[in-house]
Amino acid sequence: MTRVHDMGGRFGDGPVMPDPEGAPIFAEDWHARALAVTLACGSLGKWNIDVSRHARECLSPKDYARFTYYEKWLAALADLLVKTGVLSEADLSGAEASELHALAAEALRADAVAGVLASGGPADRPSPIEPRFAAGQAVRTLHPAANRLVEGGHTRLPAYAQGAQGYILRLHGSHVLPDSNAHGLGEAPEPLYAVMFHADQLWAAPEHPGDEVVLDLWQSYLEPV
Amino acid sequence: MPHDHSDHPHALLPPDPALRVKALETILTRKGLIDPAALDEIIDTYQNRIGPKNGARVVARAWSDPDFKAALHEDATSVVSDLGFYGRQGEHIVVVENTPSQHNMVVCTLCSCYPWPLLGIPPGWYKSDAYRARAVREPRKVLGEFGVTLPPETSVRVWDSTAEIRYLVLPMRPEGSEGLSEKALATLVTRDSMIGTGLPRSPEGST
Repeated sequence: MTRVHDMGGRFGDGPVMPDPEGAPIFAEDWHARALAVTLACGSLGKWNIDVSRHARECLSPKDYARFTYYEKWLAALADLLVKTGVLSEADLSGAEASELHALAAEALRADAVAGVLASGGPADRPSPIEPRFAAGQAVRTLHPAANRLVEGGHTRLPAYAQGAQGYILRLHGSHVLPDSNAHGLGEAPEPLYAVMFHADQLWAAPEHPGDEVVLDLWQSYLEPV
Repeated sequence: MPHDHSDHPHALLPPDPALRVKALETILTRKGLIDPAALDEIIDTYQNRIGPKNGARVVARAWSDPDFKAALHEDATSVVSDLGFYGRQGEHIVVVENTPSQHNMVVCTLCSCYPWPLLGIPPGWYKSDAYRARAVREPRKVLGEFGVTLPPETSVRVWDSTAEIRYLVLPMRPEGSEGLSEKALATLVTRDSMIGTGLPRSPEGST
């Protein structure tokens, strides 16, 4: 089993509600603050993107379903700040006196924002693991979709694509493995591929015989057919 | 507190989301862990400086310049970086081109991955459960909800952004756009056409 965030293919969500192209980027002011606080706290250097994704996924299914998007971000941020020891529960309750934090020197300053956002954080790395698959080759995804290093841990193989046969479209190079990096087990870079699946491999009643879904999948998610 | 919050400390913050973010921001600011001016700067960047206009410039140029388009297919990341469109959530860009036989559409079923330097912050619907759940299984019904109907001879290829690769759809150049300048072409390129849930405007409809 994966977690509540893994909803690809699920039934029952109702129509998508497109918004006009000119709609405000942040529907509420606090959405913008939530995004900015989250990005700024990332600069404290206490976690990586895989850790923060996993923190959102670890919200209880009940919270995940009832929270709006930025509420999930905020809740996961608060949880991470405590989990990594940056804040205590007493801090969050507002019970602690506020003195300067030992990490204050790491805080993102306004004049550094443009540089930080523009420099990004590439995920490709040199890897000792050689690519095992070539473009066009048939592969099968692991079944079940699950982190093989940590029970209930982070993985990027969605359940809808578990145990499915697909074809290698392209090699993206070697990328940090989220299943490892989300749990402090190292970046463990390995080859990453775009893998194409015919819709009838994934769905009982595909809409159209020619349709396809492509997923980016790490080599350790795949077996040769 | 009578019950244990150790798994979900977020429950200690006020329940109202606007107050919740305010409370967290206040706690972090008092401890010197965030700089409110930096938050303003981040918001200004994504509200005013980075958005779909960036992606539209790339698309318009690809429509006008075959060498540029070939280079995009070869290594989009370095090509768009040269235009100044690099950064967070756009470290690895791949451009996928629509043709009469194949329509591309992008989703992130597991979270909300999106090419920020080219399109900005994703719209609400892109992050919605309905889009995340349905785009992979019934893309044509979802496209219908955006007013897009594809002919049966066009197959749909949905890209689920499960890694750090960010996909930009290169839509087909609209009919009747011959002779338009790159700048005029860019006005035809909508955000949704670069996600694959829309088509570019027709030149007649754009004025």
